[in-house]
Amino acid sequence: MARILVKTAERQIPGPARGIRSPWPGRRNRMALQLGWTARKLGRLGIVLVAVSVLTFGMLNGLPGDVAYVVGGVETTPENIARIRQDLGLDHSPVIRYLMWAGDALSGDLGHSYLTGEPVMASILARLPVTLELLVISQILALCMAIPTGVVCACRCNSAADRLINGIGFATLSIPSFIMALLAIYLFSIRLHWLPATGYMPLSAGLWKNLRAFVLPGFSIALIEWVVLMRVLRSDMITTLQQDYILMARAKGLPPWKVILHHAFRPSSFTLLTIIGLQIGRHLGETVIVETLFALPGIGRMLLKAIYNRDYLMVQGGILLITFGYVTINATIDIAYAIIDPRIRWRGANVR
Amino acid sequence: MSADATARGLGPGFWLPAAWIVIVLAAATTAGGLPIANPDRIHWEAMAAPPGTAANNVDSTESGGDHSSPGTFWLGTDAMGRDILSRLVYGARVSLAVGLVAPLIGIFAGGFLGCIAGYYRGHIESIVVALMDIVLAFPGLILLLAISFYVGANLTTLILSLGLLTIPAFCRVARGHTLVLAEQAFIDAARLAGAGDMAILFREIIPNIIIPMAVYGLMVAAFLIMAEGALSFLGLSVPAPTPSWGAMIAEGKEFLEATPHISLIPAGLMFVTVVSFNLAGDSIRSVVERRESQL
Amino acid sequence: MKHPAPILTIDHLFVRLPARQGMVRAVDGISLKLMPGKALGLVGESGCGKSMLGRAIMGLLPKHAHVSEHSEIFFRNRALHRMTGKQVRKIIGKEMAMIFQNPMSSLNPVMKIGRQITESLNHHLAIKKKDARDRVVQLLRAVGIGAPTQRLGQYPHQLSGGLCQRVAIAIALSCDPALLIADEPTTALDVTVQAEILDLLNAHQKKTQMAMILISHDLSVVAGRTDETAVMYAGQIVEHAPTAVLFQNARMPYTRALLDAIPRLSDTAHADLKSIAGNPPDLVDTAPGCRFSPRCPAARTKCKTKAPPFTHINGTRYGYACWYPLESHGAWPMPSCTAAGGQ
Repeated sequence: MARILVKTAERQIPGPARGIRSPWPGRRNRMALQLGWTARKLGRLGIVLVAVSVLTFGMLNGLPGDVAYVVGGVETTPENIARIRQDLGLDHSPVIRYLMWAGDALSGDLGHSYLTGEPVMASILARLPVTLELLVISQILALCMAIPTGVVCACRCNSAADRLINGIGFATLSIPSFIMALLAIYLFSIRLHWLPATGYMPLSAGLWKNLRAFVLPGFSIALIEWVVLMRVLRSDMITTLQQDYILMARAKGLPPWKVILHHAFRPSSFTLLTIIGLQIGRHLGETVIVETLFALPGIGRMLLKAIYNRDYLMVQGGILLITFGYVTINATIDIAYAIIDPRIRWRGANVR
Repeated sequence: MSADATARGLGPGFWLPAAWIVIVLAAATTAGGLPIANPDRIHWEAMAAPPGTAANNVDSTESGGDHSSPGTFWLGTDAMGRDILSRLVYGARVSLAVGLVAPLIGIFAGGFLGCIAGYYRGHIESIVVALMDIVLAFPGLILLLAISFYVGANLTTLILSLGLLTIPAFCRVARGHTLVLAEQAFIDAARLAGAGDMAILFREIIPNIIIPMAVYGLMVAAFLIMAEGALSFLGLSVPAPTPSWGAMIAEGKEFLEATPHISLIPAGLMFVTVVSFNLAGDSIRSVVERRESQL
Repeated sequence: MKHPAPILTIDHLFVRLPARQGMVRAVDGISLKLMPGKALGLVGESGCGKSMLGRAIMGLLPKHAHVSEHSEIFFRNRALHRMTGKQVRKIIGKEMAMIFQNPMSSLNPVMKIGRQITESLNHHLAIKKKDARDRVVQLLRAVGIGAPTQRLGQYPHQLSGGLCQRVAIAIALSCDPALLIADEPTTALDVTVQAEILDLLNAHQKKTQMAMILISHDLSVVAGRTDETAVMYAGQIVEHAPTAVLFQNARMPYTRALLDAIPRLSDTAHADLKSIAGNPPDLVDTAPGCRFSPRCPAARTKCKTKAPPFTHINGTRYGYACWYPLESHGAWPMPSCTAAGGQ
């Protein structure tokens, strides 16, 4: 969520200061520059990951009172307290404890819940596929809405259709995801009886049944998501359509749909692709709400349940893993983008 | 066409949403003096009443001189028989407190950091940017959940943590503008005239970034109202009896089939308010942009 | 002696483009005829509307451009101005093709060269995949690209500007057009490459008897490569003559000024190049008189008040628009001589 703020923040900044990378100075240096840049990016990723883990650790351990009692819950026994003290190494100094905890976490051990006895890492991993499926389906649905509307808006820019779609988009961005989900339930499930509001089916129950359970939750995210994608595609495509090679394609006598599909779409879709990657990370937050509303057994719902139950180790592990996933996805996309961005190549070509 | 729009300045696209925000704000601040029901009072005989239900049989209740009893439940009652209109008015206090106060934290702290980073560059800038990256590393809602979980939820911690969340964004806006401004000739002129760094920051740079920061603040306000709504929808915002829009929507979701108004009315209200903030910000921004492009 | 029907006839073409200040008269009443197999040079300062004229012929005007309903364009006796977009698209790229100013940006950066050329072939001619490939290789060879089979799989950014323009020419020539519009084909290229590209176009035009409109801001580009030359100023044709005649015997002061702006080998090392004083006129609020009069050294009162009509010489298509034309040196050649125009 904070990231969308930053994305919109970028729009507020006047041209020259926006994060424009300067074109690569020369071909020979390009590789070295790329490697250096990637290394710096990876270094920063490492620092951020350490900071995130310290913060996550600090949140629990900075709580007032005895951590053992906090973790153990209200109705715990003295033996239990002793065991927790032992498990968490509460007799050691916080620094040692952090190192022990981080070491365990690196080897895949995030401890286990003292309320349910489940190991934290295993229960998160078991729920990961549901969350990932939700994210992927919502992105696909969002793309299905964003591509046609974005193309129409770009080709008929400033027309009535463009204004209408953009107006709808503007309004949709003012609907928080929980209201969108609620409206989806109300309309499609309660009023129209098209789809069930809840009732997760695992993939083993059949692909169709499984997908059916994801349609409404996916739409709830996609309905908000498509606006961002549509805007990105629209503005990139408007730029593309002014390029000389579009005029050239039209001069070949190609019909408009061919010009758009073969010549304009691909060069306009690079930013779209990056944004999709970033958005998947962004929606890790939304999944908490959507999974809860639609009773999907994913990470978000697990995290919220743990919060309600004050299951501290589960919450700690959940936050750590979600944040790690988010940071890593974003960094990977950043690096991959810089390496494969063809526009850097073209810019180099134009300079030559 | 564009010339007309400039001549008009801020059109109805700004004044209508602005008027709505003022109305909501006025209602929220004067809630105690408005002729509306007590938001916590339970009307046993009118549970989940639809909008417009007359409440005349309610007046004969034991509480005698309760002048806050309404004649009509204009927006109906919720599942516990509480007047929705008055709960909305009181709930607006939470939403607006969050939406209007939390961005101030972001504007001051983020603006300060951004100006310093953009003006001094070098190590200060690297440190600020790195710090902001760490805050941004957390998915926003997850960070909010964590804070409200560990620190506990009340209005103060809510405003503080939401405000904290907006610092990186404001910081980036401020830094971007400062970077551009610092290159301009009038900054050099001020420096040649003997102005110190602080004088330049406060007299030349800050006045020039106030408008973009304020415009952005409106959009952040819209975002924060939604974020607070999400938190209170999950029951992690202000504690239970205090009315808040998100909680009202959550309370009604079990009764969506029979009495959808319990959820949908607060949802609609939240939407209109959020749209208003967005529209107001957007219209100011486009006017500012048009003026700048004409210079 | 008498030529057959013209391949292209433009009659009273008006194109207006909306801009912030009002409607820009980009093309303001142009009439032209082009005979099959002939090359026409279209010369004028940038912004005088010559590119818009080219795009108007191709039906590729910007979306918001406005063409007057009295304008007529006939291509091979077909009324382009009455055709739908679909009908026009059957002609352009096939019988009539265009190449553009910047070869680097007029090729699609994410599409292989081979596909960009075959695309046009596939669209206009029912041609087999194998045959299309052979044809492309043959085309690339014809436009002077070495190792054509390797080039097919390359992207534009792997080629130099000159090669890109050769590819663009190959695309334009792929369906053997009867008319080629070359819009400043060499402006964006290195000086050394310019002549090669122009000579390539010229040779192909002579060889295949294709008609060509060569648009340029530089009279020297047109010299020796075209049969006739039209000089445009502020959206209008101010002088039209066989190229050789124009160079020896310009009647319109603007043409003279353009000619004087060409550097010559015979010039002394530090000779001043004559530039034309002043700026092209505002095409939104045009003054009533001759549009060149504010910059014209020979302008008189009449020039400022009344626009000069296009004066035809000896009843030919050629002529000039000027009240006080420069003196004619020697006899105006008869139209029959124009075929030999060239050098």
